[in-house]
Amino acid sequence: MAGYEDKSFKWIGTRPVRPDGVDKVTGRANYGADMKLPGQLTGRILRSPHAHAKILSIDTSKAEKLPGVKAVITGKDFPEMHNGVLPGDEGVNFHYLSCNIMARNKVLYDGHAVAAVAAASAAIAEEALALIEVKYEVLPHVIDVDLALKPGAPLLHDDIFTTGVTPKPEKPSNTVQRIQMQLGDPDAAFKDADVVVERSFKTKAVHQGYIEPHAVVAEWSEDGQCRIWCSSQGHFMVRTLTARLLQMEVAQVRVIPAEIGGGFGGKTIIFIEPTAVLLARKAKRPVRIVMSRDEVFRGTGPAPGTSIDVKIGAKKDGMLVAATGEFRYQAGAFPGSPVGAACMAAFGPYALSHVRVVGYEAVTNRPLCYSYRAPGAPLSSFAVESVMDEIAQKLNLDPMDLRIKNGSKEGTQMVYGPKLKAVGNLECLKAIQNHPINKIPLGPNQGRGLAAGFWFNLGGQSSAVVNIAEDGTANIMTGSPDIGGSRASMALMAAEVLGIDYSKVRPIVGDTSAVGFCEITHGSRVTFATGMAIIQAAEDVVLQCRQRVAKMWEVDVEAVKWEDGHARPAGANAGDQKPLSLAQIAAKAARTGGPLVGSAAINAGGPGPAFGVHICDVEVDPETGHVTVLRYVAAQDAGKAIHPSYVEGQIQGGVAQGVGWALNEEYIYGEDGRLQNSGFLDYRIPVASDLPMIDAIILEVPNPGHPFGVRGVGEVPIVPPLGAIANAVARATGARMTDLPLTPPKIRAAIDAKK
Amino acid sequence: MSGFQYESPGSVDEAVRLLAGAKGNARVLAGGTDLLVQLRSGAANPDMLVDIKRISELRQISGNAASGFVIGAAVSGAEIGEHKELAKAWPGLVEGMELIGSTQIQGRATPGGNLCNASPAGDCTPGLVAAGAIAVIAGPNGRREIPAEQVPVSPGKTSLAKGEFVVAFKLPPRAKNSGDAYLRMIPRTEMDIAIVGAGVNLTLDASGVCVAARVSLGAVAPTVLLVDAAARALIGSKLDDAALAKLEAAASAAAKPISDKRGTIEYRTKVAGVLARRAAVIARDRARSNA
Ligand SMILES: Cc1cc2nc3c(=O)[nH]c(=O)nc-3n(C[C@H](O)[C@H](O)[C@H](O)COP(=O)(O)OP(=O)(O)OC[C@H]3O[C@@H](n4cnc5c(N)ncnc54)[C@H](O)[C@@H]3O)c2cc1C
Repeated sequence: MAGYEDKSFKWIGTRPVRPDGVDKVTGRANYGADMKLPGQLTGRILRSPHAHAKILSIDTSKAEKLPGVKAVITGKDFPEMHNGVLPGDEGVNFHYLSCNIMARNKVLYDGHAVAAVAAASAAIAEEALALIEVKYEVLPHVIDVDLALKPGAPLLHDDIFTTGVTPKPEKPSNTVQRIQMQLGDPDAAFKDADVVVERSFKTKAVHQGYIEPHAVVAEWSEDGQCRIWCSSQGHFMVRTLTARLLQMEVAQVRVIPAEIGGGFGGKTIIFIEPTAVLLARKAKRPVRIVMSRDEVFRGTGPAPGTSIDVKIGAKKDGMLVAATGEFRYQAGAFPGSPVGAACMAAFGPYALSHVRVVGYEAVTNRPLCYSYRAPGAPLSSFAVESVMDEIAQKLNLDPMDLRIKNGSKEGTQMVYGPKLKAVGNLECLKAIQNHPINKIPLGPNQGRGLAAGFWFNLGGQSSAVVNIAEDGTANIMTGSPDIGGSRASMALMAAEVLGIDYSKVRPIVGDTSAVGFCEITHGSRVTFATGMAIIQAAEDVVLQCRQRVAKMWEVDVEAVKWEDGHARPAGANAGDQKPLSLAQIAAKAARTGGPLVGSAAINAGGPGPAFGVHICDVEVDPETGHVTVLRYVAAQDAGKAIHPSYVEGQIQGGVAQGVGWALNEEYIYGEDGRLQNSGFLDYRIPVASDLPMIDAIILEVPNPGHPFGVRGVGEVPIVPPLGAIANAVARATGARMTDLPLTPPKIRAAIDAKK
Repeated sequence: MSGFQYESPGSVDEAVRLLAGAKGNARVLAGGTDLLVQLRSGAANPDMLVDIKRISELRQISGNAASGFVIGAAVSGAEIGEHKELAKAWPGLVEGMELIGSTQIQGRATPGGNLCNASPAGDCTPGLVAAGAIAVIAGPNGRREIPAEQVPVSPGKTSLAKGEFVVAFKLPPRAKNSGDAYLRMIPRTEMDIAIVGAGVNLTLDASGVCVAARVSLGAVAPTVLLVDAAARALIGSKLDDAALAKLEAAASAAAKPISDKRGTIEYRTKVAGVLARRAAVIARDRARSNA
């Protein structure tokens, strides 16, 4: 695997059009809602209007009698699951998962599913929902994480006993866990600091905001098989979880992936698939469920809101001496907040000898909190980067110098255990330091903000197949849903290894019965891990080609080398043979041993963490509090950019989402515990005109864990924007705000309070 | 959403007959950019929709600046924006209409729909009110005319009786040295709903003294407000800093907003003054160059 740094590539690093692009821009591509089967019914879900209530009764009899209604189900139709996590459960509590998909005795949030119908038309299904009578006993609710953590808060579950505390609590509470990690002795080390800044922060829950609502079509056969068409970040995940929840054998469930219209982590878990299968089984007809936008906001897996304290101490020269952070993260109605990752990533960009991170997770009467790009890290990073900026201001230091002085690098001990291998943190910092943006003078009410970010990245299990056709073209297949251009990257890597044109490689995402297991598309893992499987599958083809040519030439396989898409004699001893192209070898495949099929199934280690450094300029209208982002530059270490345009796309997309998170996005609840902004009018993601051109700078510090040096790029770009924007606003206004989002009313109030 | 009857009459009289004679709840359909959203969300459940887009009188802009324009209630935002003479005489009214939605929405959204949807946050309404537009209303008893600000009475409710609808808006003849402007505050840059809106329409005399003014505020009360005190702050002044400060204070004093998910009372009150002042400056500069 060594030596890739100085390899020259023919395809890798180029920017061809994506293989799925034409179908997408012409409208041919099929997304989750596009599947239509004969006899298909419309499924609809009835959802709780209450934040917290006991279900006293559900009467579906009137709905069942409505002509056109073919099936009605409630929690009673779902098998009861073991409450806990057993070996082999991969950390999933199937009882909670099942109860989230369909409520049992209690509803735990506004939007919690309580019943579902399948009917001949959408209008009949809607009418049927209105005929279902649910009697509730409304209970007190808790929405805010700090309130949920307090003793005496309304209790969501009677089976949650805080883990990570001694003695083990005897009474249940909303506090799921306490975690702590520490290096050195921060409490003692703070005494050596010349300046200490300690601040508390609050952030609101946000949604990933993918354009495509969740959609599924399920079909049940009398022989006990089922087929599911849906868009997700992992159809193998959909298969496993659906099979487990419905007590089926995994191989009886076939999941066929659709194109996916955005996921960002929000489609790494299931919400509606088992419901569709149960309806289809009961109705004996295929059933399609498509969520409305309102359902997406109320009934999927947004990212949590938080409450955070961060304290950092430094010497006069800017050397950091100690840091601590306490991170209190909401879970939704069931455990699952990313507080662990948040703690581990918080101080990632800095080398610290004395640091402690403590995390708390509390269930609240909200939809399940789930993954959103670099889960948990943007929030802990926002707090840390805000305090770093204040340290720089207090010490009158350049915020960049402060970060470079303390930047983590190869060999830095991380609070969560390992030491860093080769990483690009300092390279990113220096790229931003040398960027021309720093020379642009700022006008009145303008400010410049800087922030650094870190993310682990994942490897994991992936499978791939490379099928060579008789004319030497290649069909390649993986089981990793393509959420960011990964098919293009797979094709580029296969073309590179095979030595054929990119245009001769057609990549697809295969269904669960067609290709080997692949973990979900998350953790920025696909180009790294599934890409590694593709490389190995292509290398498998190359080896087979060399073996067959060796037979034809009657030499050892070592005497045949693969170069530029051709088998060639490795040296003089191999004889004076004419090179044979892949097409020529493929044409003879029938006579040399049959089809050329390469495959690989791996568990990829060594993903290599990612770093990103962002700088931005904002202008604040002091009278209205409106923020205009004037300029934005993001530098990121990609290890090796297989397709640079799609790396830039990931960076720009992460920044766009981060800017929304910083300025306007938030889940707004009323006193009644109901969500008030379950639509894109009042849940404000940025529109195109809200953003400047985002200048993406790709750096390549090769990841030693990958044959081409790749590291994941999809998540770290959403880590720094919250801090970068907040720091820019603080410098533009002279008022440091610690509550996200920085809405115009909050900014105007902060400016007025300063006067 | 259950079934409803759909009609698209070709004349005002036929539309009145349909609306007046309908059993149950009949609604006028113009561009549908508010109404269709309400149908889908279940907020509106009409028994009949009367589409007014096929009535030619409602789809025309007639008259001119000197005699006074007449804008059909169902003219689209795009058509209003493309009308050069109208945009020259009433840039503030036109820019309010053009702020609505996106290119797609502009092809359908109408001033009549914006006013009759009776949202206090509608972006065209403050411009109509500041302009002194008169709504021409057709109904079972013939036609009547009322100032535009008297059409909405509370959020989602109008003063129109059963069978009545707005046919057109009459603008007053445009005096020399006049200008208008509309500004709104939204957290984003487009595709958003006003947290505060302010419209200012004024006329200067030859020496630059303000001789007539109307100031309207959106999203700070149950209906769009016409603020006389704010207008009085301008009239008789050259719109110097002192007059503008008085205007700002008067606008803030007139604002009676609520706190909700979109903004606080405190914020809306302050920003009402800010936007009124800024709109007045734009209107003044337009008036000066409109000799
Ligand atoms: C994506 C999107 C963005 C939007 N952005 C904005 C924005 O930025 N600013 C803004 O102000 N609005 C916005 N809107 C709302 C809407 O587009 C405007 O209010 C528009 O002016 C409504 O006009 P319409 O012709 O579509 O009304 P309709 O939906 O056809 O009608 C609205 C209401 O008025 C009634 N009505 C219509 N015409 C008449 C009439 N002549 N007489 C009597 N009653 C009548 C209808 O019965 C209905 O109750 C937006 C809407 C969408 C969907």
